[in-house]
Amino acid sequence: MSIAKPLPHDAAVLHVTGQARYVDDVPVPAGCLHLAFGLSDIASGRIVSVNLEAVRASPGVRKVLTAPDLPFANDVSPSAHDEPLLAINRVHYVGQPLFLVVADSHLQARLAARLAQVEIDADQPLLTLDEALAADSRFEDGPRVYGRGDVKDAMCSAPCRLQGQIRIGGQEHFYLEGQAALAVPGEGGDMHVHSSTQHPTEIQHKVADALGQPMHAVRVETRRMGGGFGGKESQGNALAVACAVAAHLMNKPCKMRYDRDDDMIITGKRHDFRIDYDVGFHVDGRIIALDVQQFTRCGWAQDLSLPVADRAMLHADNAYFLPAVRIESHRLKTNTQSATAFRGFGGPQGMLGMERIIDHVAAHLKLDPLRVRERNYYQKEGGLSAPRLQEPQLPPEDVSDPERETRNTTPYGQVVQDFILHDLTNKLVAAADYSDRREAIEAWNSENELLKKGIAFSPVKFGISFTLTHLNQAGALVHVYQDGSIHLNHGGTEMGQGLFQKVAQVAASRFGVGLDSVRITPTDTAKVPNTSATAASSGSDLNGMAVKLACDDIRCRMACHLALLHQCRPDEVRFRDGHVETPGKIYTFAEAAQSAYMGRVSLSATGFYKTPDISWDRIKGKGRPFFYFAYGAAITEVVIDTLTGENRILRADILHDAGASLNPALDRGQIEGGYVQGAGWLTMEELVWDDAGRLKTHAPSTYKIPACSDRPEIFNVTLWDGENKADTIYKSKAVGEPPLMLGMSAFFAISDACAACGANYPDLQAPATPEQIMAAIGRARG
Amino acid sequence: MQTTFLLNGESVTVDTSPTRTLLDWLREEKGLTGTKEGCNEGDCGACSVMVTDHAGARALNACILFLPQLEGKAVRTIEGIAGSDGTLHPVQQAMIDHHGSQCGFCTPGFVVTMATAHLNGHADHDTQLAGNLCRCTGYVPIIRAAEAARSASPPDHVDDLPLLFVPNTAGEAPEELGAEPPTSLDNFAHWYAENPDAILIAGATDVGLWVTKQFRDLRQVAFLSRVVGLDGITVKPDSIRIGAMTTLSDLQREIAPLYPSFGELIRRYGSVQVRGAATIGGNIANGSPIGDGPPALIALGAQLHLRRGDDSRTLLLEDFFLEYGKQDRRPGEFVEAITIPRAGDHLRCYKLSKRFDQDISAVCGCFWMRLENDRITEVRLAFGGMAGIPTRAEAAEAELLDRPLNKTTLAAGIAAFREDFTPLSDMRASAEYRMQAAQNMLVRAFAEARGARASVLEVGP
Repeated sequence: MSIAKPLPHDAAVLHVTGQARYVDDVPVPAGCLHLAFGLSDIASGRIVSVNLEAVRASPGVRKVLTAPDLPFANDVSPSAHDEPLLAINRVHYVGQPLFLVVADSHLQARLAARLAQVEIDADQPLLTLDEALAADSRFEDGPRVYGRGDVKDAMCSAPCRLQGQIRIGGQEHFYLEGQAALAVPGEGGDMHVHSSTQHPTEIQHKVADALGQPMHAVRVETRRMGGGFGGKESQGNALAVACAVAAHLMNKPCKMRYDRDDDMIITGKRHDFRIDYDVGFHVDGRIIALDVQQFTRCGWAQDLSLPVADRAMLHADNAYFLPAVRIESHRLKTNTQSATAFRGFGGPQGMLGMERIIDHVAAHLKLDPLRVRERNYYQKEGGLSAPRLQEPQLPPEDVSDPERETRNTTPYGQVVQDFILHDLTNKLVAAADYSDRREAIEAWNSENELLKKGIAFSPVKFGISFTLTHLNQAGALVHVYQDGSIHLNHGGTEMGQGLFQKVAQVAASRFGVGLDSVRITPTDTAKVPNTSATAASSGSDLNGMAVKLACDDIRCRMACHLALLHQCRPDEVRFRDGHVETPGKIYTFAEAAQSAYMGRVSLSATGFYKTPDISWDRIKGKGRPFFYFAYGAAITEVVIDTLTGENRILRADILHDAGASLNPALDRGQIEGGYVQGAGWLTMEELVWDDAGRLKTHAPSTYKIPACSDRPEIFNVTLWDGENKADTIYKSKAVGEPPLMLGMSAFFAISDACAACGANYPDLQAPATPEQIMAAIGRARG
Repeated sequence: MQTTFLLNGESVTVDTSPTRTLLDWLREEKGLTGTKEGCNEGDCGACSVMVTDHAGARALNACILFLPQLEGKAVRTIEGIAGSDGTLHPVQQAMIDHHGSQCGFCTPGFVVTMATAHLNGHADHDTQLAGNLCRCTGYVPIIRAAEAARSASPPDHVDDLPLLFVPNTAGEAPEELGAEPPTSLDNFAHWYAENPDAILIAGATDVGLWVTKQFRDLRQVAFLSRVVGLDGITVKPDSIRIGAMTTLSDLQREIAPLYPSFGELIRRYGSVQVRGAATIGGNIANGSPIGDGPPALIALGAQLHLRRGDDSRTLLLEDFFLEYGKQDRRPGEFVEAITIPRAGDHLRCYKLSKRFDQDISAVCGCFWMRLENDRITEVRLAFGGMAGIPTRAEAAEAELLDRPLNKTTLAAGIAAFREDFTPLSDMRASAEYRMQAAQNMLVRAFAEARGARASVLEVGP
């Protein structure tokens, strides 16, 4: 069995030797042309004129296209058809593509794209959340509201009450490989597109529309991406469509890749949020009522903002039972990049809001935030009260409290049936020596005037499934050749997460063969159609199951064939250790395949899987949107410099739930990488726009993702030992997104360190840059 | 322009535009696509290649390395790291064993940087790898891999030193300063005096971006790496002379034992890839208000040596910077060297940025304070990021000089910063925060003078 083994990434050898091919590395036929967009430098206005003479005269330029030159659909939106490939009449943000340059080289195309003389009648742009809110500039008619209970009433009955606000910055994906596409025209209107995308089917769909062709004329292939993180769920559409249209018009292969600055200026990022809260609670920290307003900056086009904002609402509870709750979500339209999917898809922002509320409540009550968190947890699965392994000193819980009876239902009505955070928290707190370290930090802080340490625990409960229910489907295609080698294909894409290896492990296990018998092949819309994006952490859940079903289909046929030959029952035929065993004879897998072939048995199968037991009404905000929840928790210790706000993560301890892991090494990689990415989002990664709507942090020189030395000096990562209660592939759990949110603990540890500087709540805002930390210290001191 | 160098052990001669980058040439001409473009500005390290000259091997960013800079050197790309029989380099094997790659795009750059550090016996992994960004792994497995490969000996084939050409000696003044035989400093000085519009290229860590990001046509260029006698550090009992073409790496090696705080500042300057290319002359001559070299050198009382033809002149470094974008450098005049007077070590350098490593300073404050019996007898406070040029805080200095090291003096110094500076707000920091940070750096300098612990970099868990 190859399942559960810590095998390396399937392409590890190709990675370390430089042989792994990305879109820009694919050898192209002679005469390949290169594309670049000319961009708007105005955030909002009417296009008066675009003079392209100098662009056309620039060396190497073959063609320049504007919106009227496009033969069919001028649309690269993944949702509301509100995102033209090239601007029509108006511009909506700085960086919006206005025209497309086709040239002999990448450099020539980029250079020429700067030479246009564009006249735009500029008007006042709406850049910030607050400006958009004041102008009532939004998607959907008004705010969306989810909740339950009478919040006003409950709030009035609460002995304690607090209001507050947190602003949460966005985040640039900074996939190391920028967006890229290559289109090779075929015969009879066919188009073969190589795209660095998480969503080949959508690329196929948009390209087909742009070429006026049915989807069958377009084949999209994706071997791998150099990182995605959600940034290649919809943002690759423009490049693929541009390449396909140009390839069609010029009848030449066309390639486009964004220069890093262009990539950061053109493409969407994580949504920034403002979260306002009003919370009523008991003196022990238990929340009675919560009223939350989430303001989401969506940018100029709808893209995926509605489901992102929905998911933020669905994670406004994080791990806590909220007896009476109202969650109001405003999806605001601004003249900035259209914010898009980013690992967690709104969940992290919603969750950070809740964790901030808990932190604020704890500070108000002068309680350890850990205790307040535990007191508000959903009830333990199968029982009313949580075991308190570590805390004999706490008073016994009041089990007669009527609230206790139902402390397992989310604001949206889904019953939490798999809540493991009580036990997980206890284990982590003990393993990380939280209580003693908290005391030691207090002592250290009393001795150090200029430097202060902080420590924080934060939990994660993340809902697994696309909230758009129909997306929870996947297909696979498996061939067994007569030599026993296996060709594996499915709808999932590889962006570094190790999906291909995990799924190959599933296939190898089903056939009882070694991994070297399984050939992983690029995602290809011609092999598996109508796929969903590899997103929402769903990759291995969905595609693993689809592959399992396809493999089992072939296995069943082989078993039936051999059973007939050997006069046994099919279930007596066993596939293991590279062999197929019948009561009478042991075959090698290759011999068994050969025998099946000779017996005229089909050795090719498709597999199809849809997630069971989910239903969701996003308008009402009720249902069971998630098949299950993934859990985790982290404890982070930091030190800050109270003179400058400089800070370091000293130690992080993580206990994360990946169910029965398909591959613990790959899962660990997701956890470590997710934590650092999440901590980066909330600390040093800051997006800055100027007053004209120009992104000022558009390159790694100005936008700082964590570097090597920013990882925690001590970094203990452990996988939770337990299987998924839901019936997933080998009882594993999704692990792509949830670990990102473990990085919240770094933010609250910094807040804790700021709090050590004074008597007031530091009201830390995200990202906690040195400058923000200084401001928080100032507030703490009063 | 013609250039001859070794590529993965084989001699190549190319004839290209002088500003053709190694990265583009590798990928577009040679089909060596293992070297990746991540940012095209030297900030991500995905394009790292190993470059060997007679001083040894170093990792450099191929995206801002012009081909003529490689004359007579050896380049080893990711395709040349494994043995010709396919045997993996110990670093490559360790990266596989420790799950050091996820999406794999940054991996070739990491492997090359790691193999270079491995060859040189450097095990300060965080510093060695500060110039390689990874968005997937959180770096943990990469560091495990680097540590695991440490004890293995480097395979012979990655060491290009034995294959290098014998260096030419300086010849006649050339028509253009490119791939022709090297020229002498005198020849160059006369040539530049006659061609004052030429763009001088030292390490190209700044000029590279003029080409890759701004598409500037540089027309006439001169590669200073072709000039003999512009580099080198001479340490004397009373002074240190640093040639303009001294790389930041070389400077750090020499300066760190003498001025540890300056050494630590340079450790955080760029990355190994940037420090291996960037020169102190370039850092000064480009006149940036946020370069980290000038504040430290000004605090040290450095003098600048300029030359035009046969004429030389010397001025205090702080006097070189006139206003934003304007320096006291005449047409045809170039930075030849700097001299630091030696008088003990009373220097403290504070670099403030959003990220510790490889980030441009929001504020860089360098404090020279000599104390005698708790009195400040000598003071130079130099800042980057607080004005349009690197400059001294003269009003604050006046409040400190000949005063005791106490709270009253500190308060007076802090208040005086508002006379010295009116900083700007930008994407790195607001004006108010810059001011607060500069003032607090003085607090830190006072506290450290009294022995307090004041750097988060020195705190353990």
